[in-house]
Amino acid sequence: MDDLSLYVLDITMNSVRAGAKNIEISLVEEGEWLTFSVTDDGCGMSREQVEKLSDPFFTTRKTRKVGLGIPFLKMLSEMTGGCVEIQSTPESESPDAHGTVIKATFGMNHIDFIPLGDMVETVKTLIQGSPLINFTYTHKKADREIRLCCAELRAILGDDISLADFEILAWIDGFLREQYGE
Amino acid sequence: MKSLEELMAIKAKMQDKVAVRRVDGSVRIVVGMATCGIAAGARPVLNAFVEGVTAAGLAESVSVTQTGCIGICQYEPVVEVYESGKEKVTYVKMTAEKAKEVVEKHIKGGTPVAEYTIGTTNV
Repeated sequence: MDDLSLYVLDITMNSVRAGAKNIEISLVEEGEWLTFSVTDDGCGMSREQVEKLSDPFFTTRKTRKVGLGIPFLKMLSEMTGGCVEIQSTPESESPDAHGTVIKATFGMNHIDFIPLGDMVETVKTLIQGSPLINFTYTHKKADREIRLCCAELRAILGDDISLADFEILAWIDGFLREQYGE
Repeated sequence: MKSLEELMAIKAKMQDKVAVRRVDGSVRIVVGMATCGIAAGARPVLNAFVEGVTAAGLAESVSVTQTGCIGICQYEPVVEVYESGKEKVTYVKMTAEKAKEVVEKHIKGGTPVAEYTIGTTNV
C-alpha cells in the first residue's frame, strides 16, 4: 500500500466487520512519532486469535487463505522503529464491554516511513460504506487538531438523512480539508 | 468556513427531497474494499462511482456499496453490477477512469463495457 491513509482504511475495516457501533480513529503526531489507533466496540477476539494476528496465514474469512492487513501494518511500523499493540475483549467473555484497541507507532523521520496520504478520502470512504456507525476521527498535529464526530452530525441531520448521501459527504470533505488548511 | 450551520441548511434543503431520495435498489454497484481491494486501488474507484452516479443524476435509482473480499484478489479492484432481471456483471482491474466509463456506458447507457469484465480482461 502506497500511503498511511490506506492502512488506516484497511485496519478500520476490521472494526466495521467486527460489527462495531462506535469506532474511534486517532492519529497523534508528537515529535518524530506518529501514533495511530483504532478503538471499537465490536465483537472482539479471543486471546488465541490475537496471538495469531501477525501470522499472514491466519484469517477468519472463508474467501481466501491469507490475511495481510495486520502483517502489513506491523511490517511498516517495525520498519520505522515503531511497534503494534492489540488489546481485545471478546463478546463471549464480556457481553457488556467488549471490543478491540489496535495501536501502531511509526517513526516519521525514518527513511522507510511513507506519506500520510489523503486521510479525508479514507474517512469519507468509511462513512460512505457504513453511514450508521459512529466514527470519531481525530488527528493531532503539532499546530492543529482535526476532528470529526459522526454522532454530532447525526444529531443535526436526524435519522432521515444518510451520512452517505453525496451532499453530506461533500460537506464532510470540505469540513475536514478546511481543518487541514488545504 | 464550513460550519454546522451550513450542515443545517443542507438538511433543510434535503428534507424536501427525502421522500424521493430513497434508493429503490434497481441497480447496485458493489466495490470490493478488503485489504486486497484497497491495496490495488479500490478507494478512488469507489469514489469515482459515487461521484459519477451523482453527477449523472442517478443517485435515486443506483446504489453504490462496499463489500469485503470475494476471493479473486488477483483481479482487484473488483466491481460487481447487479440489475434486477439481468445477469450480474463483474468488472476487474478497475481504475477511476474505467469507473467513469462504466457509469457512462453501462449505468447510464445500459450496455456493459465488455472489455473490462472478467470474461474478457487479459490478466
